[in-house]
Amino acid sequence: MRYAMAMDTSLCVGCADCVVACQTENNVPEGYCRDWIVENVDGTYPLLDLEIRSERCNHCEDTPCVRTCPTGASHVIEGGIVKVTHEECIGCGACIESCPYDARYFHPDGYVDKCTFCDHRVAAGDTTACVSVCPTHALTFGDLHDSESEISKLLATRKYKVLAEEAGTKPQLYFLT
Amino acid sequence: MSKNVNRREFIKTSAMGTGGVLAASSMFTWVPSFLEDSVTPLLESHAERTPTVCEVCFWNCAGWVYKDRDGNIQKIIGNEDDPNSNGRLCPRGTAGVGIYNDPDRLTKPLMRVGEPGKQEFKEVEWDEALNFITEKMNKIKAEHGAEAMALMHHGTAGPHFKHLFKSFGSKSEAKPASSQCLITRESGFINTYGAGLASPEPTDVKNTKCLVLIGNHIGENMHNGYVQEVSHAVNRGASIITVDPRFSTIASKSKFWLPIRPSTDMALLLSWMHVIINEELYDKKYVEQYVYGFDELKAHVAGYTPEWAYTKTDIKPGDIRKTAREMAAASPSVIIHPGRHTAWYGDDTQRTRSIAILNALLGSYGKKGGYYFPEKAKLPAYPHPEYPHPHWTAGDLAKKVGYKGAIAGITNVIREASLPGAKEKFGHEYKGWFVVATNLIQSMPQKDKTIEALQNLDLVVVVDTMPMEITGYADVILPEATYLERYDVARVAQNRIPNIALRMPAAEPKGDSKPGWWITRELGLRLGLDKYYQWEKYEDVLDWQFKQVGSSLEEMKKIGVKQFDKKSKLYLDDGEDYFFNTNTGKIELYSTDLEAMGYDPMPKYTEHEQPEDGYYRLIYGRAPMHTFGRTINSPNMSDLMEENAIWVNPKVAKINDIKSGQEIWLENQDGIKSTFSAKVRVTERIRHDSIYIVHGFGHTNKKLTRAYGKGIADSELITKIKVDPITGGTGMRSNFVTLLTENPHKKDIV
Repeated sequence: MRYAMAMDTSLCVGCADCVVACQTENNVPEGYCRDWIVENVDGTYPLLDLEIRSERCNHCEDTPCVRTCPTGASHVIEGGIVKVTHEECIGCGACIESCPYDARYFHPDGYVDKCTFCDHRVAAGDTTACVSVCPTHALTFGDLHDSESEISKLLATRKYKVLAEEAGTKPQLYFLT
Repeated sequence: MSKNVNRREFIKTSAMGTGGVLAASSMFTWVPSFLEDSVTPLLESHAERTPTVCEVCFWNCAGWVYKDRDGNIQKIIGNEDDPNSNGRLCPRGTAGVGIYNDPDRLTKPLMRVGEPGKQEFKEVEWDEALNFITEKMNKIKAEHGAEAMALMHHGTAGPHFKHLFKSFGSKSEAKPASSQCLITRESGFINTYGAGLASPEPTDVKNTKCLVLIGNHIGENMHNGYVQEVSHAVNRGASIITVDPRFSTIASKSKFWLPIRPSTDMALLLSWMHVIINEELYDKKYVEQYVYGFDELKAHVAGYTPEWAYTKTDIKPGDIRKTAREMAAASPSVIIHPGRHTAWYGDDTQRTRSIAILNALLGSYGKKGGYYFPEKAKLPAYPHPEYPHPHWTAGDLAKKVGYKGAIAGITNVIREASLPGAKEKFGHEYKGWFVVATNLIQSMPQKDKTIEALQNLDLVVVVDTMPMEITGYADVILPEATYLERYDVARVAQNRIPNIALRMPAAEPKGDSKPGWWITRELGLRLGLDKYYQWEKYEDVLDWQFKQVGSSLEEMKKIGVKQFDKKSKLYLDDGEDYFFNTNTGKIELYSTDLEAMGYDPMPKYTEHEQPEDGYYRLIYGRAPMHTFGRTINSPNMSDLMEENAIWVNPKVAKINDIKSGQEIWLENQDGIKSTFSAKVRVTERIRHDSIYIVHGFGHTNKKLTRAYGKGIADSELITKIKVDPITGGTGMRSNFVTLLTENPHKKDIV
């Protein structure tokens, strides 16, 4: 099992529904978020390109955040989902420093928090909150080891990229272009 | 050039801003669930849920409200049987819980103790507030007639108040959503097809091969079902043609983006007609069977060549021809989209008529991938005696001042007829207003006129959930319960599948707020209108209505949305006889009605003013996470976007020596300066002759603690309006602004 997410930049309008859905699903405190929107503009008027991305933890295969965690709070569970055990986290911030994607934040209750790929929903056979609300169907979550999964099919047929590939962490967020 | 939004900065800023607010507020004992230990969220299958219909925008999607283990509202998600949402809400619907949790909400009836416009009120009990209103209404009725009461409204509470007003004897009601938004579009289609479009628009985007958007920034305006279908179309590879001076989100997903010079859309539309007719690209069979006035139109557009249009629009003749051919190639599965907010330049009925005409030439109306025939479920109204017949209405006044094509009540006519001296001009005047769920200070242009009218009235009642600016001018403020706390009229929206949807309370109303049905019934009984209120609770009305269509309140509580079989056809068959509701029974390219009323029977090009040196056209629009001004203060939504930015082209930034992030003020052609500043966003996405801001920001009421002073209100800079002579629609895109780097209000403070 290898969970991953594909994000179709050709469909995303940057509405941030994924951000709110995550906040309400996971009790993310106001002013914080586990996923976010990035907008890139290229060119000069009127020859322009715009790419909008919904970003979150890349649930990397090679995890500097887990390696640098002094207490073992940051860990990997089945399917490659990277999680933080809040009770074991001392809030030192080493993982935040080591993450090339800026995907973690200090929760006001004193621990580090991040995207969990909604593992509580996934364990119950459902998909992540962000995927379930996306009005443009730009997000797809699934198992890369299952060649019949929607995400495997998308990655087999579409062009895609990952972010900060040079960091060498083998990120599992695929941006369809 | 690339711009990365720095997430950390955005998050930190809003965290600091909002933390203080929560600490300072003592209005509610509610504690946000995140202040408690975070627990694993409850799975939907285990949680209690109640059906709702979203009220964050007029799309009114149906959804489910889920509660957490403690019985607090956790989240709201879409109802899969709802054709407006297809089970997926937009960010505002998902964030709807913030509307309920907002600590700044109105929770107690308030009565004025000070001058109008000054926020001096005392808290009173409902009895006192309602008795005061009753007394004033009876006095107005005795002295001026019930007709002298006018209702301005928006949203689902409207029908409750309309019923009250009609029972009382007034049919003067209007919403800014008409004259400031879509009245001109409806008129354009009525005068062509004999029918308006209504909401949600019956455009078959799901099946279209070519979608043409004129200033329509779908994706930034988050009309849910429409966004979903556009995304579907993009994914299928349908070609999209976007006409916009701004590189909008949808422009970036389009096969063609035509960066038009603002205000010249009519030239483009007429030259498209020219190409389609001259190159014989139109649907000949369709035109022959269904259309009236083709030869007249052909002669009319003969001179509107792409070369001529280029001189107006800045769009190259080759691109005009190429896009005309592109849409013709998709015929009849092509949509030249009508848009929604179409009150732009004062010739707006005629511009939307051009859009209607293009669709007719390409045979898309009534065809798959074009415009479908929607159907509405028929839900009988709860029985009541006949309403009294008023001697005059707002519609009569509109016609009196020349808007012969006015198809709905006009807010600005009601405003005119409430100013000193109105009686001489109209023969009648308004003495009292109810303003329900619409912040007229922001939703109507020419704020000063609105304020003058408000101060001239004997009674102003404002019904709202939030202390919007309009509340400052009320004699009485009535706190309405939010949509998550009330039963409401059932949603009966047109769609491909007829359906009804239920909104019911998921929580008790906060404080002393009350649902609209309760407020109007209480007033009705006090006004002696008992016979119009032969029910006790709104559940009784709903249950009776649902039983007439084979359901019940009990069933609707379980399913939220009920679909019915469609009785009429979605599309016209090939060659099917069809009678259009116009004078000729055909689609009128040449409008006999407009001609009879003394207007141009075919759209003409009108030259509109362009900005002088140093001034830029003020263009405003929407952001996906906000609905006008009313969500700006909402915790979840302000978290996503707490202020607007002023979009400025890099060349303009250079000339004005301003940088991204710099706070500047705007001053318009009439010397009106923005109350607040906003940050500059230097971006290639906007033309050099325009600036762009998102509408709804720049709130001036300090009681809106999150929204106060954040960003600039476009509405205060829209002092020049270009009125559509046919409908009275108020064109708002003819205002020009200059950029001020120094605070123009400094000396006022000293």
